[in-house]
Amino acid sequence: MQAVNTPIQKNEKLNANTNGTDQKKTSTDEMNNSAAKVGKTVGKPFATNPKMTMRNVDVFYGDKQAIHDVSLDIGKNEVVAMIGPSGCGKSTFLRCLNRMNDTIEICQVKGEIKLEEMDVYHPKQDVVPLRARVGIVFQKPNPFPKSIYDNVAYGPRIHGLVERKTDLDEIVEKSLRRASLWEEVKDRLHAPGTGLSGGQQQRLCIARTIAVSPEVILMDEPCSALDPIATAKIEELITELSEKFTIAIVTHSMQQAARVSHRTAYFHMGKLVEVNDTKRVFTNPEHELTEAYITGRFG
Amino acid sequence: MTNSNQALSTAEKVNQSLQKRYRAEKRFKAYGIGAIAFGLLCLVVLFTDIISKGHSAFFQTYVKLEITFDPVEMGLDDPSDTKQLAMADFDSIIRNALKEQFPEASGRRDRRALYAIVSNGASFTLREQLKDDPALLNQTVSVWMLADDDIDTYVKNREDADGETFAGRISEKQMGWVNTLIENNQIESRFNTTFFSSGDSREPEQAGILGALMGSLLTLFVTILLSFPIGVAAAVYLEEYAPQNKFTDFIEVNINNLAAVPSIIFGLLGLAIFIGFFEMQRSLPLVGGLVLTLMTLPTIIISSRAAIKAVPPSVRDAALGLGASKMQMVLHHVIPLAMPGMLTGAIIGFAQALGETAPLLMIGMVAFVVDIPGAITDPSTALPVQIFLWSDSPERAFVERTSAAIMVLLAVLISMNTLAIWLRRRLERRW
Repeated sequence: MQAVNTPIQKNEKLNANTNGTDQKKTSTDEMNNSAAKVGKTVGKPFATNPKMTMRNVDVFYGDKQAIHDVSLDIGKNEVVAMIGPSGCGKSTFLRCLNRMNDTIEICQVKGEIKLEEMDVYHPKQDVVPLRARVGIVFQKPNPFPKSIYDNVAYGPRIHGLVERKTDLDEIVEKSLRRASLWEEVKDRLHAPGTGLSGGQQQRLCIARTIAVSPEVILMDEPCSALDPIATAKIEELITELSEKFTIAIVTHSMQQAARVSHRTAYFHMGKLVEVNDTKRVFTNPEHELTEAYITGRFG
Repeated sequence: MTNSNQALSTAEKVNQSLQKRYRAEKRFKAYGIGAIAFGLLCLVVLFTDIISKGHSAFFQTYVKLEITFDPVEMGLDDPSDTKQLAMADFDSIIRNALKEQFPEASGRRDRRALYAIVSNGASFTLREQLKDDPALLNQTVSVWMLADDDIDTYVKNREDADGETFAGRISEKQMGWVNTLIENNQIESRFNTTFFSSGDSREPEQAGILGALMGSLLTLFVTILLSFPIGVAAAVYLEEYAPQNKFTDFIEVNINNLAAVPSIIFGLLGLAIFIGFFEMQRSLPLVGGLVLTLMTLPTIIISSRAAIKAVPPSVRDAALGLGASKMQMVLHHVIPLAMPGMLTGAIIGFAQALGETAPLLMIGMVAFVVDIPGAITDPSTALPVQIFLWSDSPERAFVERTSAAIMVLLAVLISMNTLAIWLRRRLERRW
């Protein structure tokens, strides 16, 4: 955390400087013109010890191409943040990683996505074992309308991870502790999960995800519906979780990306523009579009 | 504002129109209140009418007579012999009792009028009594017996209508005898248990609603058993699994159209398929239930689909994201969350089915059935059909029974709805 503090301050300064009205007016034009400027991904999209590898991924919604030729690695125990303006395809890309896009009928994915040895989009690959290994936390907290206990226990139950009730109790407690929610809910495990506050609900969703012991956790703007205090708690949690899990996080907040991630990937209109160490992206971006975005000229 | 002083500011304009808006709003509210008041008024009129006509059906006039169980007169010497008991002439001892009390009635016509005071079902009461207690043979006891429906109508109505005596269909002489019986405290109004414990009859005083009620419940049982699972399964498939193509569109249009098909058409369909093709018998609750299932299915499918659609996608995403299979998602999350909505739709369908007459006419559930059906393969009739049949009968005593039958039907409907609301409350979960 300490290491990335400087870039944030710098970033904030930049934001303040560029909040003038002149730049705001031209931001849309600049963004539209910029598409041509995107060439090959710059920086270092590949990791030495990859958990997930994506090669030449194209995603189509019907005729419309949402993702163009994206190649990226997510290293083991690494936190990769994906940033970019709205509609740039970062959420779409994230949802490809555990095939949540399957629910959209017109969505088509080309290219290769691998989780270690597993070919994610192989026609014979079942999504159930895939999603047991790659969990996801959504933008809006979405606990089941069941008790807190049942929320966390749901994953282990459907996957048959435990045989005895005591083992299940243990998993629930461990998951809630890891999501730093245990102290707050240990006396009301059988109260409805929907009765918690927004931040608690989101941590409950994280606990629910880690109860299955996935290898990778995908987070799709997990803090966008939360207040700053709840956000801070979740960010802290992400840092802790990265010791055990591999995390890919989509965020709208550059500060958040700077605070929690090791590497940052900048998406622009469906293309991956730049991937670099987070520190580098926010201090000395390689690509001019990345610089334009983090300095607030559009987005 | 800066250009001209005559122009009003926005705030002034808003203030000017404010009164108008308030008035419009008040009118709008008044329309709503008016609509509800009109509905309530109709309901009150309906209920007052039904209850004022029907409440008297819950009471029945009984006549007390000194009956001598004379073995010679009855042609019976051993009351334990069921064959003899069945053949015994109990009518004659009732006649004797009446003759004894009113010896002035002589001549065929008078005698017949006298005998008509007691219901012809009274002999069954006596038979049961003797069967239960054979020691009654050769003894004289006072027995309360059903009065004939004309007597019943007279006793119930003689005092109202502006002090004028109401005779109904009974003659002057009968009126005199009945008045004598009333003075002697030999006439009593009791709670009408017959109405709730027997089937249909040509004699109003012996007619009851139980046969029709059982018929309706058995029919509804078949309907619920078939239409709810089939309807929910169809809705789940169409919402969660069916591919979006021309064929599913075609199915959807057809289901929506079927919901608007007149029920008598379903009756004809049932007649052609179940009775014509599958050669099932007529008048069976099984066939009635099948026909009503066909009729109710579109309603259930449409409402279940709406309920499934209303389940937030975030819950599905959450389940799928955890690695639940589609079936687990549907069974663990979608159906439980959609259940209250599905039940609401289903209960509307079942209430409709319970009140349905037309399709049942087509498959012969309009028959005169005396025996109370005990299974879905016993011939029976249904409550609304029974109401229809009674309302068509000439006997005055059937008027009050018709209203009473309507009350029973309404009671069944209300209890069904209460059950549905209770179930919905129990299953409802917030998210």
